[in-house]
Amino acid sequence: MEGGGIRIEGLHKRYGKGETAVDALKQVDMRVAPGEVVGLIGPSGSGKSTLLKCLGAVIEPTAGRMILGNEVIYDNGWKITDLRALRRDKIGFVFQAPYLIPFLDVTDNVALLPMLAGVPNDVARTKAMALLQALDIQHRAQAMPSELSGGEQQRVAIARGLINRPPVILADEPTAPLDSERALAVVRILNDMARQFETAIVVVTHDEKIIPTFKRIYHIRDGITHEEIGEGREFD
Amino acid sequence: MISLAGRDILHAWGKFIFTGIGLGLLIGVTLTMAGVYRGMVDDGKVLLDNSGADLWVVQKNTLGPYAESSSLYDDSYRGILALPGVAQAANVTYLTMQIRQGENDVRAMVVGIAPGGAGIPGWPPYLVAGRQITRSHYEAVADMATGFKLDDRIQIRRNDYTVVGLTRRMVSSSGDPMVFIPLKDAQEAQFLKDNDAILQNRRRIAENPAFNRPAIPDLLDTVITSQSSNPYVNAVLVRLKPGYAADEVVEVIQRWKRLTAYTRSQMEDILIGKLIATSAQQIGMFLVILAVVSAAIIAFIIYTLTLGKIREIAVLKLIGTKNRTIAGMIMQEALGLGVIGFVVGKISATFWALIFPKYVLLELRDAFSGFIVLMIICVLASIIAIHAALKVDPAEAIGG
Ligand SMILES: Nc1ncnc2c1ncn2[C@@H]1O[C@H](COP(=O)(O)OP(=O)(O)OP(=O)(O)O)[C@@H](O)[C@H]1O
Ligand SMILES: [Mg+2]
Repeated sequence: MEGGGIRIEGLHKRYGKGETAVDALKQVDMRVAPGEVVGLIGPSGSGKSTLLKCLGAVIEPTAGRMILGNEVIYDNGWKITDLRALRRDKIGFVFQAPYLIPFLDVTDNVALLPMLAGVPNDVARTKAMALLQALDIQHRAQAMPSELSGGEQQRVAIARGLINRPPVILADEPTAPLDSERALAVVRILNDMARQFETAIVVVTHDEKIIPTFKRIYHIRDGITHEEIGEGREFD
Repeated sequence: MISLAGRDILHAWGKFIFTGIGLGLLIGVTLTMAGVYRGMVDDGKVLLDNSGADLWVVQKNTLGPYAESSSLYDDSYRGILALPGVAQAANVTYLTMQIRQGENDVRAMVVGIAPGGAGIPGWPPYLVAGRQITRSHYEAVADMATGFKLDDRIQIRRNDYTVVGLTRRMVSSSGDPMVFIPLKDAQEAQFLKDNDAILQNRRRIAENPAFNRPAIPDLLDTVITSQSSNPYVNAVLVRLKPGYAADEVVEVIQRWKRLTAYTRSQMEDILIGKLIATSAQQIGMFLVILAVVSAAIIAFIIYTLTLGKIREIAVLKLIGTKNRTIAGMIMQEALGLGVIGFVVGKISATFWALIFPKYVLLELRDAFSGFIVLMIICVLASIIAIHAALKVDPAEAIGG
């Protein structure tokens, strides 16, 4: 675990001020090693999305420490200035709704980030194609997002999250709209990607079907995390 | 690099084309308005060019003959002709009126031209059909825009004229086509009323004992003749001898002849600066209104299109897209809409200029500056949408 992955210590997040303040995160401690996929589960309102947003540098925590790779990104205050560049270079996002860009085809949705960063279009597309192949959706490479099924969209969204080979992937309910077979396929892909690219992956889920696949699980209740050993069931 | 705006426009091309066409018609109206103004200026210049004059001599202290009425004695030209530097001096009359031809009547400017043939100032410099006036009465050369044809019989006041020649783009400063007739006929037309009025006038003179004196039997006829002829013209057109400065000759005319004279550039200032100034202001006001309306439409459309993409914009921000890229996308879409609108507008203006009931001169420089203004409007119009887009919280893309 030295030199990589995610480390969170004593993270705290309060929404609002005064009477209406909500302590969504009270005491969050978490470690995810490179190549590891951990589950984050908890009842509604327990702070799962809030944690993911803090980790994804989308909202600012109130206190604590967050380390991505070897870099302290938060220590009672942001330690880096360009959060958007951090998100672009270090973090892949996968959401419940895939939110693909409707006017770009599958390949360009995946290749978008490197293309915007100035990588030649054909190089970026070749890279995207390789990922689509790994996710077994290369046959839909020219399709528009509106022409894809929910599961296909989710796989494209995963490919998009992986294109920059981020050391961290944050997934919020990635299997919610999928049936159990597809849901397991998505989790398998995430596990493969973690192994292949040494990515630390956090999967927020309610989904009973996929919970048994995690080797380690963080339970969060009222903003406090508890680590558990998962079943770590293998895929067939 | 990838153009997000270009891809969005291609994807939602129907929306862009339809709004672009709507915008384009508005731009077409704008370009036509500018063309109408240019047409008026051009009509004025053509009027001055075709008169073949270097100087216009008019009634003292008037802005005649086009912008104000002016009248001077028809023998003034002789004195002017004797001045140094004057090569030619010819009387001319201008009278805007309705001309009857069969059942119809046409608004035209009747120009009375001094005898002498082509080359005399005031005569049409070239004809597209027929010949110049050769007889001293009842022949006319008409501009094609009147709709008259060769050998048509037209009626000016009480007399019939035969159309013997046709001109093109010989128009008054307000765009009315010209009809040339001999000076004497024109003076009569300007002065004479209907038969009834003439009889009344004769009766009145005959009843006046001062004129109707049995001791001098010829007096009554002399008085009636003098009363029924019109010794006035509206201007004298002067052509200079080579080597003489217009300003100096103007100076001499004004000093010795108690008349006012204008050079070509002064005349142009009068026509454009005074005669069509009001129309120019109206058109200018219209252009401003149209620009504001176009800006409002573009701003509204771009804002709506952007609101429809708020979630995608949140995703773009979440995955690390720069504000510059997002603002660029919105601005380029606004510019794209502007370009579509401009193309549609230019095409429609070109087509309806042909059928517009006034001369529309579409100048390339107007189209060019219109395009620049439109692009500036597009940039400004996209600011509201960009502001909305940059306010979007990337956390929205993650949801609860
Ligand atoms: N923007 C916000 N402002 C104020 N309170 C918030 C905000 N977002 C979340 N909360 C509160 O913080 C707590 C944690 O919310 P969070 O969205 O992290 O829960 P969750 O575990 O993701 O729930 P779910 O499983 O329903 O998605 C809740 O009590 C919620 O009401
Ligand atoms: Mg949530």
